[in-house]
Amino acid sequence: MEKLIYEFDGGAPVKATQGPAIVGVVGSGNLEVLVEPENLGGRCVVEILTAARGFGDIWKAVLEDFFARHKLADLRISINDVGATPAVVSLRLDQAVESFLGGAS
Amino acid sequence: MNSYYEASARERLRLLLDPGTFHEFLPPSERVASPHLLQLDTPAAFDDGIIVGKGLLDGRAVLAAAQEGGFMGGAVGEVHGAKLVGLLERARDERPAAVLLLVESGGVRLHEANAGLIGVSEIMRAVLALRSAGVPVIVLDGGQFGCFGGMGIVARLCDAIVMSEEGRLGLSGPEVIETTCGVEEFDSRDRALVWRTVGGKHRYLLGEADALVADDAAAFRQAAIDLLDTKPDLSLEALTAEHERLGGRLERFGACRDALDIWSALGIAAPEKLPLLEADAFRAAVAGKRA
Repeated sequence: MEKLIYEFDGGAPVKATQGPAIVGVVGSGNLEVLVEPENLGGRCVVEILTAARGFGDIWKAVLEDFFARHKLADLRISINDVGATPAVVSLRLDQAVESFLGGAS
Repeated sequence: MNSYYEASARERLRLLLDPGTFHEFLPPSERVASPHLLQLDTPAAFDDGIIVGKGLLDGRAVLAAAQEGGFMGGAVGEVHGAKLVGLLERARDERPAAVLLLVESGGVRLHEANAGLIGVSEIMRAVLALRSAGVPVIVLDGGQFGCFGGMGIVARLCDAIVMSEEGRLGLSGPEVIETTCGVEEFDSRDRALVWRTVGGKHRYLLGEADALVADDAAAFRQAAIDLLDTKPDLSLEALTAEHERLGGRLERFGACRDALDIWSALGIAAPEKLPLLEADAFRAAVAGKRA
């Protein structure tokens, strides 16, 4: 397994309608994404535990795209991954934010 | 209509209970995950594959647990088992209208086998203690992974089981039987064989499942509501009679080689048509014929 941490600055604080949100399942080719509000000095911190080693550059690219879509601050995103493809990761990240901002969990 | 089979464990709880009433104990943000899986360099889920909590069902307080089959086949590890035992013991103090177990599990998680085995035995003891205290434990079985191994035993220790045709219930799962006894004994890839042997319709016909519903979360919800006032007779006389009934069932059907033979022996006309019937038509076709 590999642990990866990425941080993003320059986002805007969001007002969630509920507490933490979780989407996805820790199964083959899938992942779970937990989104929690936390005072991180304006940063958005993403922490990933993945079964697939050596894909740090791809995670970075996927997360940069995600942060470009959702400029969020003071948010901790925690991921348990079992080799999900970049498309699935992007989908789950979007679902997680949608759920966090007030959709159904 | 929301498919129960396709839904995740979290979605099932949301669809089953009164809207917005579910409150989770030890939610993912608490990060009570398996300590064993990380040592084995295997990804662990924040909730260890089971969601436990309280909510309302038709306005009445219940405790509920849902296993997530997508994470390690819903298998019971140390934390997973402890969360379920804790919920059952809590029910002895809180005395809710019922405890609902949304099962979906292959049994013990082999990565943490000893801890998982102990967990399953503790779940069994907690279920029996809760039943004797008069709180019904109701099982709902309609997920993609079925309910096997230790959780299959747990399910049959409970007060009532609700299944869909898609649900499966057994001790050794089809792949385990094929691996240990050979494909001539049981072909786990023969889906029709698997479902007519361990599927909901057969379990309903044998009297093991109390209700057979369509693969619809609303149908599961209604069946659970209907079972809330289940008050089984736990007297020694009733248990002795149940053992005699099961012994008689074995005598009656023990020589059958296939579920179809049992359905014929039950006096069902055109048994080969049963797998094709929708839940309502199926219940009508077998009314008064169950073992």
